[in-house]
Amino acid sequence: MKKLIAFFCLLLLLPFSSFEAGAAAVTLNVYNWGEYISDGSEDSLNVNREFEKYYLETYGEKVRVNYTTYASNEDMYNKLKTGATSYDIVVPSDYMIERMIREDMLRPLNFDNIPNYKYIAPQYRGLFYDPDETYSVPYAFGMVGIIYNTTMVDEADLDGWDLMWNEKYKGGILQFNNPRDALGTAMYRRGIDVNTTDRAALDRAAMDLIEQKPLIQSYVMDEIFNKMKNGSAAVAAYYAGDFLTMYEDNEDLAFYYPAEGTNVFMDAVCIPASSAHPDIAERYIDFLMREEIAVANAEYIYYASPHTLVTENEEYVEYMTDIHEDAMEILYPPDGKYKTSYYQNLPADALAYSNALWENLKLANSIEPWIYVVSITIVAGVVLLLLLKFINKKRMEKYY
Amino acid sequence: MKTLSKIYLWLILALLYIPIIVLIVFSFNKSGGTGGFTGFSLYWYRELFRNAEAFSALKNTLILALAAACLSTVIGTAAAVGLEKMKSRHVKQVILSTTNVPMMNPDIVTGISMMLLFVFVGGMLGMTEKLNFFTLLIAHVTFCLPYVLLSVRPRLRQLDRALPEAAKDLGCTPVGSFFRVELPNIFGGVMSGFVMAFTLSLDDFVISYFTTGSSYQTLPLLIYSMTKKEVKPDIYALSTLIVAAVLLLLILSNVLGGRERSKK
Repeated sequence: MKKLIAFFCLLLLLPFSSFEAGAAAVTLNVYNWGEYISDGSEDSLNVNREFEKYYLETYGEKVRVNYTTYASNEDMYNKLKTGATSYDIVVPSDYMIERMIREDMLRPLNFDNIPNYKYIAPQYRGLFYDPDETYSVPYAFGMVGIIYNTTMVDEADLDGWDLMWNEKYKGGILQFNNPRDALGTAMYRRGIDVNTTDRAALDRAAMDLIEQKPLIQSYVMDEIFNKMKNGSAAVAAYYAGDFLTMYEDNEDLAFYYPAEGTNVFMDAVCIPASSAHPDIAERYIDFLMREEIAVANAEYIYYASPHTLVTENEEYVEYMTDIHEDAMEILYPPDGKYKTSYYQNLPADALAYSNALWENLKLANSIEPWIYVVSITIVAGVVLLLLLKFINKKRMEKYY
Repeated sequence: MKTLSKIYLWLILALLYIPIIVLIVFSFNKSGGTGGFTGFSLYWYRELFRNAEAFSALKNTLILALAAACLSTVIGTAAAVGLEKMKSRHVKQVILSTTNVPMMNPDIVTGISMMLLFVFVGGMLGMTEKLNFFTLLIAHVTFCLPYVLLSVRPRLRQLDRALPEAAKDLGCTPVGSFFRVELPNIFGGVMSGFVMAFTLSLDDFVISYFTTGSSYQTLPLLIYSMTKKEVKPDIYALSTLIVAAVLLLLILSNVLGGRERSKK
């Protein structure tokens, strides 16, 4: 028994020991999107391990990269906002950077530590969320387009966003499962500014979504991958880089950008104001901007890279073209070829209003009448059964 | 009627296990995704063993689950023994009801309230990292405790009260009588409480989501964060291994439990 207790005590000490071993090294807390860095799987480069090696060699100091991941901008924002933990690196999207700058949650970068910033292509610098280039270093970007299965969709029907409202593909269309992106598809189709706060315009978009609802197979996010790959859906709007991932597994898929305009996003690396090691974090950002690292990341995540050395890198171009012959044109369409716009941070009341519209949409005839019929029948049946049993019992009691 | 009830039983079993079987089958799929089974291969298992992120998350999860299960088993058993010796029935009832609160409470309420508490206390202590491994551990012990209590108390009540008294009569100290008489008799309950706490802690997502800090990511949190892009099949492989391990553990505990029963 004593041995058992000693064993449990030892087990309890386990986490302490691993912390103490790590205490000698400085820990850099990196908080990034899931699956958003080259991590050594499928023979790729493990960027975080490479950084640790590089830092030890260059600065003679041990740094441990503690890499954790999130699934949405809002998840990351909430975690930072509680002030409970400090991160040294985060990778928010455009509108979220705007919001975090406004709320003083980001730290101005010292670009002396990030000389590789010079490789960022000029058209991706100083975008609306960070016009003075002080807080962020662009990491990856992409545009939303329409993915369709060539075996199910007629060439003649490929007509901008209207394909997602085409009665012919009833039950085969996938729509985004979040208010911003879903309303966005309707607003681009109508030519409404996606950053509008005008309630009538938002109502118009919501009406279109309600009209579209009977055609929709389901509202999905990452399930799109499986549904498009195995051909259980015909049409979906999603990001260009993710189309390439799907295309790898299903060559029947094709992709186009709707002429009416579409959404473009930029994810950029930032340092939160609460960072404990901003200088190391800046060197980490600089490391991400080295040619071989940026290429490895771009080849891993498939999203477009704002890094000039990546787009000029022959090996990268060959790698992407191997996946899809038009990959480079899909990821990097020439400037001005398509109408694009960023989602900007909406004021709280507009956000609340579009969330309410979204809730309405999800509730609108979501319960099919037959479900009512079946459940009422079951309840009625159970009640009848109980009643019969009760009557029977009463009758039996009479005899005894 | 007999065949009908058999059909019903198999239907329920099938509904319970088909998802797991699908997962296992697709973990051996040559191509990624669930598009179709293109051929048997161990590719995703090889990938899994190179996935350092998944392994560190698995290690974190296991350490946490073991620590939480040990702590909650020790505390829970002590609490059960203490409760059993309590004289006032009302006090006992009140304590029992309070310990059930974390079990009845929705996870999200437990999670958020714990996070608020940790942030508040951490702020008072002037900590920069208010959420870390220990806050996660405290949260896990909290929701595991009632289950340990639930599995230990019945065994204690079955125990003949005369036994520990006899031990003390024969010159055993109270602590000695606990370890020599009571604990061996309730050991089955303690062990099943431990296993229960371990599995609960292993698959908790909601509470961990709120109470973990930047330094500690568990497996469920990692898998959730992958949903921005797709969950890769090496996670199917990992899940398959976990299912196999859990199955083994269950069989083991059943065999051991069976032997204990047959000894009596």
